[in-house]
Amino acid sequence: MRQVLLRLAAALPTLCGVVVVTFLLTRVLPGDTATYFAGPTASAEAIEQIRRELGLDLPLPEQFWRYVVALTKGDLGMSLTTGQPVRAEIATRLPASAELTLCALVLAIAIAMPLGVLAAVRQGSLIDHACRVLTTAGVSLPVFFTGLLLVYVFYFVLGWMPAPLGRLDAFATAPPQVSGFYLIDTLLAGDTETFRAAAAQIVLPATTLALFALAPIARITRASMLAVLGSEFIRTARASGLSGPTVVITYALRNALLPVVTVLGMVFSFLLGANVLVEKVFAWPGIGSYAVEALIASDFAPVQGFVLTMAVLYVLLNLGIDLLNRAIDPRARHGA
Amino acid sequence: MSPTIAPTAPRDSIWAHARYVLAGNPVTLFALCLFLAYALMALLGPMIAPFDPMASDTTRALQAPTWRHWFGTDQLGRDILSRVIVATRVDLGIALASVVLVFAAGGLAGLAAGFFGGWVDAVVGRIADTIMAFPLFVLAMGIVAALGNTIPNIVLATAIINFPLYARVARAETLTRRQAGFVDAARLSGHRDGALLLGQVLPNIMPIMVVQMSLTMGYAILNAAGLSFIGLGVRPPTAEWGIMVAEGASFIVSGEWWIALFPGATLMLAVFCFNLLGDGLRDIVDPRRRT
Repeated sequence: MRQVLLRLAAALPTLCGVVVVTFLLTRVLPGDTATYFAGPTASAEAIEQIRRELGLDLPLPEQFWRYVVALTKGDLGMSLTTGQPVRAEIATRLPASAELTLCALVLAIAIAMPLGVLAAVRQGSLIDHACRVLTTAGVSLPVFFTGLLLVYVFYFVLGWMPAPLGRLDAFATAPPQVSGFYLIDTLLAGDTETFRAAAAQIVLPATTLALFALAPIARITRASMLAVLGSEFIRTARASGLSGPTVVITYALRNALLPVVTVLGMVFSFLLGANVLVEKVFAWPGIGSYAVEALIASDFAPVQGFVLTMAVLYVLLNLGIDLLNRAIDPRARHGA
Repeated sequence: MSPTIAPTAPRDSIWAHARYVLAGNPVTLFALCLFLAYALMALLGPMIAPFDPMASDTTRALQAPTWRHWFGTDQLGRDILSRVIVATRVDLGIALASVVLVFAAGGLAGLAAGFFGGWVDAVVGRIADTIMAFPLFVLAMGIVAALGNTIPNIVLATAIINFPLYARVARAETLTRRQAGFVDAARLSGHRDGALLLGQVLPNIMPIMVVQMSLTMGYAILNAAGLSFIGLGVRPPTAEWGIMVAEGASFIVSGEWWIALFPGATLMLAVFCFNLLGDGLRDIVDPRRRT
């Protein structure tokens, strides 16, 4: 328990770094924020007034202090284009992004881990080569492009999937909000019709993201399984007459899991970034498309809020992965 | 002993070695050929494009691929093949510039961190950790949004998000060589720290760093194209793969597949080529890491 607390404390400097960087992104860099906020037609007095309102005439440390105080109250500023507080918008849109990312991750793990295990067990076989091609091709895929290809094939040509227009088609109504995940909320409400509609909408974007996340997971599973399968305790297990599946699943996979869990951190970095692109392709109403809309309108507060939210999420995810590592590896628990 | 023959001998053996490796590894050879094709497209660009990439002709808008227009035409009647060819220079140029920039900055920082240790190491490590605390594409978006929407800023953002990778590789490689015999020998013969670093350690970590460059080129291309896809960086009339895919995106639901497909496939193949090339180079330079 003490070690868990220590690990939590170790995440604090990283969080501070994140806050400082997001602050610096707007304040120190070239370009006058007040002019930016006021728009191209504003007069000198209007700019001066905005400068005072935003506190931009204060010295930098004081500005930073105000930013931090606002953050502790959960205030991320106002969006210029929608006039809404950024925090409220991000809060309503976050479940959509989280649902998509989690579905993609589950899908990617469900495909990549068996593939990596099989490739390692049958090294040099057809499936091994397929795995190698897939892992190299997978990291080369521009997600926005694969997403469009899937839309063309499965929506336009085959007609199996609905149009890429968000989380639900126009005829369905959103379920009462409990978790914010449509796939869960519809089931809770007992509405299988809407569940099917929501599931149909999420298949293509989740597959697009999963294709991208597959590669690193399959690659590390294969490499780590190969290393474990070559070790002495596996030879002993085999020599003792244990069956193939028992050796591979119970003995090898459990020990090969550690590097896989570690690499999930990197996978999350990819996924959260790729999420932005996929949300744009599928008009998915998540925080990524919110940030893109704000970017195009030169509306900085939402972008800053988005970057901060993503970074905090990512730090927390890495923390979770670390704690998970401790849970499955006794060595990490005892500080080895 | 003739001084003119001696220097050429090792070079011959390098080529012989490369030929030997490539013969046993057709995938790397394929990647090399592909790379040369892309390099030619980038260098010659407008000279080999069959049409003017900017010339619009609305009477020929949205035509599917024909013998005249191999890749079809877009919504303004511009020839897609020409635009794809001309875009090569833009995309590879951005990626190359950012990789060279991060190679210099990240490589030197890592070199110094590994060699001197102490506070230099701590500062470089902290910077790298802070960058790594962000999902990288998101950080790149934030940087470009804050600095302004220009190509140099795309280059800078791509370099910044790759910084930790280069700094770490350079640091790790330097650490294993810091105490090496040849470094001690050079120090004893009176070289200063700077000369040791640049003259002794740097040349020895170069091969690994070059592999790193090839591996990150693909990622840099993806990153730049992704940024232009969401409307950052290169702006519309310019031919660039990410923008062309974005322009084609609105036509894909009505069946005009060629507008997005050809630039997208060209982009994918370029990234694939650099990844294969990087893997191949790594096998040659550092066989232990072969998977």
